[in-house]
Amino acid sequence: MQPSEAVDLAIPADHVAAPAVQGAVGSGLAHESAVLHVTGGATYIDDQPELRGTLHAAIGLASAAHARIRRIDLAAVRAAPGVVAVLDAASVPGLNDFGPVVHDDPIFASDEVQFHGQALFAVLAEDMRAARRAARLAQVEYEPLPALLDVDQALAAGSRVLPDAHLRRGEPEAALAAAPHRLAGSVRHGGQDHFYLETHIAYAIPQEDGTTRVHSSSQHPGEVQLQVAHALGVDAKDVVVECRRMGGGFGGKESQPGQIAAITAIAARLTGRPVKLRLDRDDDMVLTGKRHDFRIDWEAGFDDEGRLLAVRFMQATRAGYSADLTGAIADRAMFHADNAYYLEHVDILSHRCKTHTVSNTAFRGFGGPQGLFGIEEVIDAVARHLDLDPLAVRKRNYYGIGERDLTPYGQKVEDNVIAELTAELEADCDYAARRAALRAWNAASPVIKRGIALTPVKFGISFTATHLNQAGALLHVYTDGTVLLNHGGTEMGQGLFTKVAQVVAEELQIDVSRIRVTASDTSKVPNASATAASSGADLNGKAAQQAARKIKARLTEFAAAHYGVREDQVVFRANRVHIGDNAHRDGGNAAATGKAGVPLSLSFAELAKLAWMGRVSLSATGYYRTPKIAYDRETLSGRPFYYYAYGVACSEVAIDTLTGESKVLRTDILHDVGRSLNPAIDLGQVEGGFIQGMGWLTSEELCWSDDGRLTTHAPSTYKIPAVSDVPEIFNVRLWERGINTEDSIFRSKAVGEPPFMLALSVWHAIKDAVAAAADYRVAPQLNAPATPEEILRSLTEARQREAEQRAGAAA
Amino acid sequence: MSQTIRFLLDGREVQVGGLAPTTTLLDWLREHAGRSGTKEGCAEGDCGACTVVLAEAHEGRLRWQAVNACIRFLPTVHGKALFTVESLRAADGTLHPAQRAMVECHGSQCGFCTPGFVMSLFGLYQTQPKPDDTALADALSGNLCRCTGYRPILDAGRQMYALPAPHSAQLPPPAWRNDPAAEAALLTRLAALDDGEALRIDHPSGRYLAPCSATDFARQYAEAPQATILAGGTDVGLWVTKQLKPLPLLLHTGAVREFAHAGEYRDARGNWLEIGAAVSLETAFAALLREYPEATELYRRFASRPIRNSGTLCGNVANGSPIGDSMPALIALGAEVVLRRDQQVRSLPLEALYLDYRKKDLAAGEFVQAVRIPRRPAQAGFVFRAWKVAKRQDQDISAVFAGFALRLEDGIVVDARLAYGGMAGIPKRAAGAEAALRGRPLDEAAVADARAALAKDFQPLSDMRASAGYRLQVAQNLLTRLQLELQGQFPTRIHDEESRRAAV
Repeated sequence: MQPSEAVDLAIPADHVAAPAVQGAVGSGLAHESAVLHVTGGATYIDDQPELRGTLHAAIGLASAAHARIRRIDLAAVRAAPGVVAVLDAASVPGLNDFGPVVHDDPIFASDEVQFHGQALFAVLAEDMRAARRAARLAQVEYEPLPALLDVDQALAAGSRVLPDAHLRRGEPEAALAAAPHRLAGSVRHGGQDHFYLETHIAYAIPQEDGTTRVHSSSQHPGEVQLQVAHALGVDAKDVVVECRRMGGGFGGKESQPGQIAAITAIAARLTGRPVKLRLDRDDDMVLTGKRHDFRIDWEAGFDDEGRLLAVRFMQATRAGYSADLTGAIADRAMFHADNAYYLEHVDILSHRCKTHTVSNTAFRGFGGPQGLFGIEEVIDAVARHLDLDPLAVRKRNYYGIGERDLTPYGQKVEDNVIAELTAELEADCDYAARRAALRAWNAASPVIKRGIALTPVKFGISFTATHLNQAGALLHVYTDGTVLLNHGGTEMGQGLFTKVAQVVAEELQIDVSRIRVTASDTSKVPNASATAASSGADLNGKAAQQAARKIKARLTEFAAAHYGVREDQVVFRANRVHIGDNAHRDGGNAAATGKAGVPLSLSFAELAKLAWMGRVSLSATGYYRTPKIAYDRETLSGRPFYYYAYGVACSEVAIDTLTGESKVLRTDILHDVGRSLNPAIDLGQVEGGFIQGMGWLTSEELCWSDDGRLTTHAPSTYKIPAVSDVPEIFNVRLWERGINTEDSIFRSKAVGEPPFMLALSVWHAIKDAVAAAADYRVAPQLNAPATPEEILRSLTEARQREAEQRAGAAA
Repeated sequence: MSQTIRFLLDGREVQVGGLAPTTTLLDWLREHAGRSGTKEGCAEGDCGACTVVLAEAHEGRLRWQAVNACIRFLPTVHGKALFTVESLRAADGTLHPAQRAMVECHGSQCGFCTPGFVMSLFGLYQTQPKPDDTALADALSGNLCRCTGYRPILDAGRQMYALPAPHSAQLPPPAWRNDPAAEAALLTRLAALDDGEALRIDHPSGRYLAPCSATDFARQYAEAPQATILAGGTDVGLWVTKQLKPLPLLLHTGAVREFAHAGEYRDARGNWLEIGAAVSLETAFAALLREYPEATELYRRFASRPIRNSGTLCGNVANGSPIGDSMPALIALGAEVVLRRDQQVRSLPLEALYLDYRKKDLAAGEFVQAVRIPRRPAQAGFVFRAWKVAKRQDQDISAVFAGFALRLEDGIVVDARLAYGGMAGIPKRAAGAEAALRGRPLDEAAVADARAALAKDFQPLSDMRASAGYRLQVAQNLLTRLQLELQGQFPTRIHDEESRRAAV
C-alpha cells in the first residue's frame, strides 16, 4: 500500500490542493479532548462509574532490598475491617509473571524479595482506604541476603540481567594511541521517575464464561492482554483490554501496567466481582520502574581542532532486579552514543547490571538520552581541554553529507540536516555575540556565573526490535457519513488520536468533527505494538490512512459505476463528493454528467448512504509496516531506523556559586518535525519534552537509603519542574523547511522523544557556568542531576583543581 | 451545635451529614457528589490536580481562595462557597475564559492536571484583574504539569483576560468579582448559611469540634488535650491520606472569630504585628510584607499558593518542624508566641518554644493562640534577610533556611540575630556566629569568624534533601552573601529580579 512515488520534497499535492476541511493535516487543531479536559469531562479509569459490588485492591510491599522470606503472617490483614480476600503468589492461577521479554518479573514475590517495595500480596476490600490500611498490617520475617544497590557494586560483583553487548568499528586502540591528544573520564546521570499525573490503575470486570474485560491505563493494551491471559491461565481471546486515555505515560506505562492489571484480573476471577486497583502516589513511585541511570566511562583521542579520532565508551546501566525492557534500552543507548557525530574508530561496551532495586523501564528517549549524555560529555571535555568553543568542536564532528555518514552500527545517515539547523539557530539566537558578552559579564560577577551551550540532537526513529514496527486500524463509515476510527495506538496526552483523526479527515475530505476515535481496545485492533518509540503517529497514521483509502476506493468505484463516470472523475473535497469533472464539463465533456439526473455533487453522507443502499461495505481495516528497516541483533548492525529526527537548542543559565542553585534564563529551540501533522501539538511535544529533560538533568533526584529504600517517593521530595522553572525567554520553533525524506505519514517526523534531549543544552550551559567559576581553566566534573548540592560540589572541586594547576604552574 | 456540614456548591446550598470528619473534600467530590473532574495526583497537596476554589465572606467582600481538596477535610468547608471545575461552564455550554484560554493556547495534553490548572487560573481571575507574570506564576506555583512544560498554560493565564468576561447568567454567581450584584447575592447566601452555631460532628470514626469563640476553644482543648488541633490541615491532612492514621478528636481553629485577627497589637514593650491562630499564611504574609518587604522570597517560596491559602502561620510555628520556613525568619525578627491554656495566657520568645526535635515548651492543653512580630525598627541600620535554599524554586522544602536580622551602627554590628532551619532538630539561632559578628564591622574577617563558628553551632544531618556537608557550607555561604549583598557591588542572587534581568 506504499505509494511508489519518487521522493518528492515539495509539499504533497493533496496537502496544498485540499480546500479546508476542519482539522485537515497541517492544521493546529486543538487536542481532541481539550474541551473535556478543561471542563472535567474527560473520563479516566478512576472516573468511570463503579459497578455494583466493586472491590478495591491495595498491594503489600516488601521492606527489604534482598532477602529470603522466612514467614509471612497475613492474619491481621485478613481480619482487618472490610477485607474480603488476600492474594499472593499462590493465588495466581496461571503464570506468576508479568515480564514483557524475559520471564523474570513475578507479580508477587514468593520466597525471595529482590527490591525494597516489591509486591508481596494484594488485599481486596470493600473500599480503597480499608484495603490500604489492611495492607500495612502484614508481619513479614526476612532473612537478609547481600544486596547490590548500584552500578558500581554490580560491576564489581559481575551481576547482570542480560549479557554484555559490544559494538566496534575500525581500530579504536590504534587510533587512540596515534591521536595527538587523549582524554579519559567517567560521568554519571541519575534515573528519573515518570511522574505521570495519573498513577497506575486498572479496573477488571469478570464476564461470562471465564472472560475478563480490563480497563488499564496502559501504553500497550495488547501486552497487558497477554500478561493478564498468562496470569489467569486463559487464552488471549478470553481477555479484552481497553484504554481510552492515560493521564500521562512517558514510557512508564509501557511494560509496567501488566502487573497492576493482572492483579485486578486475578482478583476479579477469584471473587467474581469487579476489582479496581489504583496506586497511591508513593506506592507508584516505589513499586514501578524508572529511567535507567548510567555510569559512562570514556576515552577519546582527538586532533588539535577537536576532531574525534577514536572514542571508547563503557556504558554501565542499572537495570534493577529484572530485565524488563533493559535490553532494547541499553541497545538504544549504544546506537545513540554517536548523537550527531561521526565516530570513525569506536568501541562501545554495554553492561546491563542487575541490582536489588526496582526494575528500570522505558522512559521517553529509551536509552537515547543516556547515549547522548556520554558523547556530549566527551565533546565538552575535548573543547575545554583545547580551550575551544564547544559549539565549534560539535560542528567539526557532525556527520557529513555524502561522506563521513556511516554510523557505528552501519546505517548510512541519509537525511542529515543538523548543520543547517545549527547554522540557523546559531544566527537566530545570536550565539556568538551572547557568548562573548556573557564571558565579559562573568569577569565582573564573582558570585553569579552564567553559562551558555548550543547542543544538537539526532535521534533514530523506529523500534529497534524490527517486528514491532507494524500497526493496524479499523474504520467504519455509518450511513450518516460519520466515521468511527480505532487504531492500535493509545492516547496519553501526546495528541495521537487528534493526529490520526486528522489523517482520516484529510483522506476522506471530511471535517474532523465527523470522526470519533474510540478507546484503544484489543478486541478492535489486535496485536498492536506499544505506543512508544515516538512511533504512534507514524505507524497508526499510516494504518488509518490505508483504511481510509480502502473506503475511499470502494466509494469511488461505487460512485463511478452508479453515475457512469470514470473513477478519476469522482473527487472527494471539503465534505462533498464531486461527480464528474467541472473543468471537463465546461469544455463540453458530456460524460461528466453521466446518466440523466445525476447530481454534480453530493455530500459525503449522501454518498455513504447511497453506497450502503448499493450494498458496499463501509468498514475497513488498515495495516502498515515500516519499510526498509532490517537489523541484526547479534552483530548490532544494519538499518534499525527508518529515518532520523533532528533538533538543536541553545540555553543560557545562571548559577549561584554560594548555594549552587541554577536558573535557566533563556532557551532557543529549532526542531525538525518534518511536515507537521499538527504544529500546535508538535510544539507542545517539543516544549514539554525539553522541560521534562531539564528536570531529569537538574532537579529530579532519586535517592535511596543505605538499605535500598527509595527515599524520594512523593512530590514533596522528588521535584519535577514547576512553573517557575520555565526559561524566562523561551523561543521554540518548528523548522519550516523540515520534511521527511522518507515516505512517512504526510512527510511528518516523529516528535515524542527527540526533544527530550534538547535539554542537554541546559546541562552543558550549567557546566559552562561551573567552568566560569574556575576561570574556564578546568573542565568541570559534574554528574546529573545538577542539583544545587551537585553544582556547589562541582564548582568547589573545579576551583581546587584550578588552584592546584596554578600552584603547579608557578612551581 | 450543628451536626450538618452546610456549604454552597455552585451557589446552591448543600447539606452533608453522616460522614467521617476526616473525609477529604476531594473524596467527597469524587465519591459522593459525582464530580470526578477534580483529580487526585498525590494526595499530599503537592501536585495541584485536586485544586478547587473556595469563597468566603471577609470584611464585607468575597475572599476567593484556590485550595488543595485532597488534604482538606470536608467539615472545614462549612459555611463557605465551593466551586469546582464542573462549576465554570455556563448552562449554554460557553466556556469560562480560564477554560477557553486553556483550549485555545493548547494548555492541556494528557489533561489530568488540567482541572487543577483551570481552577488556579479561575482563582486568579477572581482575585486579580491584571496580574503580572510574577503573580501569574505564583498563582500556578502549586500545579504540576508533566506534559506541556507550562508555556502554553502561562499564555492561557495571560489570554483569559482578553476574552469576553462571563456574565451572571452564564456562571453560578458571582460571575466576576467586579460584578457587585452577583457578589452581593453570594454574600447573602453565605450569610444565610451561618446559623451562629458551632459545627460538631460525632461519627464512629471520630469527633470534630469547631467552636466559634476562643474561650470555648481553649476550654475544650484544656479538657481534651489529646485532641488534634486542626488549622489549615496542610500537615494533618497527610496524617490521614498518607499515614492512614485515625484521628478520634479534631479541634478546628477555623471558626474561632478571635483567631482570625491579623493586625496591630500594642503592649508596654512596644508595637507588634499579631497573627491569630486561624490566619492563613497568605493573609499573614500580606501583613508581614507590608512591614518587612525583604520577606518576599520567603513568601513566594514558602509553599504554593493553595497551600498558603489553607495553611496557617501559627500552624507552621506550632508544628515546629526543623525544616519549617517561617520560624528562622520570625526568630531573627524577635517574634513571640502567645500560648494559652484555658484562661491562662503567656508569651514566650519564639526560639524558646523549641526544646528538642519535635519537643516544645507546651503544657498539655496549651496551644499557640497567636504569633507576635515586632514592628519594623525605626532606626537606620536595620538589616533583614530571609533566604531559602532548595532543589526547586516553587513549593519545595528547604535544605537550609536562613533568617538574618542585624542592627548596624556606624558600620558596626551592634546586634545580630542569625537563625537557621534545616541545620538542627529545631529551628535555632547560631549563637557562636552571632557573637563573632557583634561589635565588629561586617567585613570579610568577621564573616570568616562567623563561618567558623557556625561549624560549632550546628551539626546538621544528611538526608534526601541535602548532605550535612552541603548544609553547613551553604549556611556559611549565606553569611558571605549577606556581606557581599550589603556591599552591593555585583549581583548575588539568581532569584532576584534585578540580577536576573541584568543577566539576560
